Amino acid sequence: MTNNRITDHPVLGKLENQTPVKFTFDGTTYTGFEGDTIASALLANGIRQLRVHEETGAPRAIYCNIGHCFECRVTVDDTDGVRACMTTIRENMKVDSGKLQAVPFKSKPEEWPRTYAEFEKSSKKDGVPHV
Amino acid sequence: MYDVVIIGAGPAGLSAAIACRESNLHVLVIDEFPKPGGRLLGQLHQEPTGEWWNGIEETKILMDKATTLNTEIKCGISAHHIEKTDHGYSVHTNEGVFESENLLIATGAAETAVPIPGWTLPGVMSIGAAQVMTNVHRVRVGNKGVVVGVNVLSAAIARELQLAGVELHSMALPASNPVTKNHANPRKVMEGLVRIAHLAPSAFIRFGSKFAKAEWVRNIAVSFYPKGGVKMWGMPIHIRKAIVQINGTEKVESVTMCDITADGEIVKGSEKIIEVDFVCIAGGLYPLAELASVIGCPFQYVEELGGHVPVHNEQMETPLEGLFVAGNITGIESAKVARAQGTLAGLSIVKQKLRDHKDINAKIQQAVANVQAVRDAASIQFHPGIDEGRKKIESAFEEYKIS
Repeated sequence: MTNNRITDHPVLGKLENQTPVKFTFDGTTYTGFEGDTIASALLANGIRQLRVHEETGAPRAIYCNIGHCFECRVTVDDTDGVRACMTTIRENMKVDSGKLQAVPFKSKPEEWPRTYAEFEKSSKKDGVPHV
Repeated sequence: MYDVVIIGAGPAGLSAAIACRESNLHVLVIDEFPKPGGRLLGQLHQEPTGEWWNGIEETKILMDKATTLNTEIKCGISAHHIEKTDHGYSVHTNEGVFESENLLIATGAAETAVPIPGWTLPGVMSIGAAQVMTNVHRVRVGNKGVVVGVNVLSAAIARELQLAGVELHSMALPASNPVTKNHANPRKVMEGLVRIAHLAPSAFIRFGSKFAKAEWVRNIAVSFYPKGGVKMWGMPIHIRKAIVQINGTEKVESVTMCDITADGEIVKGSEKIIEVDFVCIAGGLYPLAELASVIGCPFQYVEELGGHVPVHNEQMETPLEGLFVAGNITGIESAKVARAQGTLAGLSIVKQKLRDHKDINAKIQQAVANVQAVRDAASIQFHPGIDEGRKKIESAFEEYKIS
């Protein structure tokens, strides 16, 4: 198991007497410390990736870590769009990574199919359906 | 109905709350982060005197005072909207609406993004993100990294990463593009570097700091900048090298570094691949002021203060009755200045509430003088023109009063 915890620090001292907290991320159980955010608890366990870009599927993780950029949004106990960097872990919390989403309205209005036949044609062009 | 709601539990917000509670005002402090302290929490640096500035300890001192005074502080609450009402302000949060006669916005600063190709990969983060992970959460952000962007903040945090045992390959500039602008210009970066030189145990930099007030000396320093970089605490700082790209498929695997000319242009054929597993991007700070803007507080762009700043006077009052500001929202300065400004803002709020309070004016004058004294003594100055910037914003306030 990866442990990225800084247990000894020349100025801040030793990290001692921490209370462990168990939570799940995408179905796997991890242990963090009381006071950890979802982002810090996962990184301590060696996990960086928190979601994929909803449209492209590109991997994403924390960027600002102080709640401004919303790059770290995850699903917590079935509520989506929760910032992993601002949310403290709780015992048995269920965290799920952000997933790929359907993008039905990506194109410009003038490119929208006028008929179902046009829709089918444009869907097949990409090889995969839009929805 | 509160006498004052304070948004932000950093050094400014907490100090203001203490000043208000000392006069027994009904105070509520809210903050989005799960712990109080704001960005003060992550700070850890050695003063020129050799003493350590430990943000966690400084926060404890403020929190002890606030707790002794029974201050109501709610963390993990986000304010997303504010309305001006007939009696004051309605602060809309994810935990309901709070009504208050007065309002202090002490939301601090945010980091300017410096996008370079590959910056969305897991393992790329702002330098402040690395600071919070390292010092607040005590989590290593990676095994070996590189810092993109050379400025006061990134040099200080690079040192903090080193202290925690996190290896850094070097610090370098971002590649020049329409967004990176001055951050990618070696001459501009050199101007900033000489301001932190007194903190560096390096003969080269100390030499530079003595003469760097003259532009021609800085130009020579940029032109003859050593190929291996100038070492600060054993780590090379490059201002003639830039990171042009961050590489990797699922996460950061390496960066591409290039030599650059004194004007920031890439030297063709100089590309080198450096294996790292994390990258910190440092674009400097700007005042986080959206909440002042939604209420309709007038703004002024003041470069010396770090960006768009709510118009306010020396006593931290804005042109809107009952609206006060303190800390980095008023301009980018150190936590010590924010703390002094918070105390001052708190006293101004006390004056607003208890109009017949006898000795408050003397206290306010003392607090104004204290802010200036702390500013003058600051070991880290984010912008050399801070005093000019302050004058600009105060004259903007005078203009609003007249009109």
